[in-house]
Amino acid sequence: MALSQKTKETLLGPLNANNPVVVQVLGICSALAVTVQLKPALVMGVAVTIIVAMSNVIISLLRNTIPMRIRIIVQLVVVAALVTLVSEVLKAFAYDVAMQLSVYIGLIITNCILMGRLEAFAMTNKVWDSFLDGLGNGLGYAAILIIVAFFRELFGAGTLLGFRIIPESWYVANGGFYENCGMMMMPAMALIIVGGIIWAHRAINKEEK
Amino acid sequence: MNTNSNTYTIVYATVVVIIVAVLLALVSQVLGPRQQANIQLDQQKQILGALKQDISNCDDPAALYFSLVKDTLDVNGHPVYVAEIEGATKYVLKLKGAGLWGGIGGYLALDDDKNTIYGANFNHESETPGLGALIVELPFRQQFEGKHIRNAEGQVVSVAVLKAGTMAEGQEQVDALSGATITSTGVNDMLQTNLAEYAEFLNDLPAAEPEAEEANEENQTSNQTEE
Repeated sequence: MALSQKTKETLLGPLNANNPVVVQVLGICSALAVTVQLKPALVMGVAVTIIVAMSNVIISLLRNTIPMRIRIIVQLVVVAALVTLVSEVLKAFAYDVAMQLSVYIGLIITNCILMGRLEAFAMTNKVWDSFLDGLGNGLGYAAILIIVAFFRELFGAGTLLGFRIIPESWYVANGGFYENCGMMMMPAMALIIVGGIIWAHRAINKEEK
Repeated sequence: MNTNSNTYTIVYATVVVIIVAVLLALVSQVLGPRQQANIQLDQQKQILGALKQDISNCDDPAALYFSLVKDTLDVNGHPVYVAEIEGATKYVLKLKGAGLWGGIGGYLALDDDKNTIYGANFNHESETPGLGALIVELPFRQQFEGKHIRNAEGQVVSVAVLKAGTMAEGQEQVDALSGATITSTGVNDMLQTNLAEYAEFLNDLPAAEPEAEEANEENQTSNQTEE
């Protein structure tokens, strides 16, 4: 599928040059909450991507009818309705996943990326572009979440997606030399890793310019 | 059309809210029975977990549940599930408490002496994955098996959840989870308060309880010496 220059920028820009987390520094709160392990981070990334894309489409469809003075409220109603819908469907058809993610799903309503994209993009752009923008931003957010969760789970618990990576025999408790970094389990460490990613990201992009 | 007039704004807001409300109400009505069934099945699975039944390969947990759990008693609004496993009666008590981020709960299965813990199962709403959330895992739950909720005098004192290396006074104990102090304390408090709420049921022991008699005899002898 050939993408025009503008479409490419809308879809792929948020993955790197215009990443919602590391460049715009949005959605940090949930990046702290769900990145202790890789699995919730993955599911959260997917859920946010779906909801940003869908709410972008709906707001873009309504954009010419929304009264300017209550636009934020209308956006919030749409997002809250979608999140409730997703959570209800999960409870009915994937109860185990819903139980694992209950709070995180609710937290999506408060994710700044959603309101940011609705306000900055969907209110002034066509439906298809808005869909791509939502998709791109959701994936950009998911990418950072996965990187942070990768480091936190690997060094905090020695596992990835629940599978053991660092052998049991390395641990001090079993006569080895290695111990998990307890700091990785703390929310503060997520911020430090995000900071590290922002640093690396800026350093690389500076060279490119 | 002037989309900034007051009338338009009010009508627009009303319409949007009504559409969303109808939609969500509809979805909730349609999915309600399915969700209820899921919640009930989940509860049955948790009770089976407390009764140490491995349901990971079980096709029909509900059938297994009904083959084991014979009766449900009500103690001041708190349920007691009466189960029979290999001919022995087990009582399953429901627990509810608070962890760090949200509610925690669980089921505690007791032998028919209403003292020895047969098995325990815990659940949580939103404890930290890898830390507090570990209360649902077997290593933590299995610590409770075989512990006694009564002290030497036969009073219900619950089981303490304490940091490894510290000793509980007058009650048996299990190790808390490192890095999850508040969740562990939550489990400790949950056991304490919920067992107190079941006091009426737990203290309703059969008359011929040997331990209780011994305790009484001891009291009587000490009374006599005083006289």
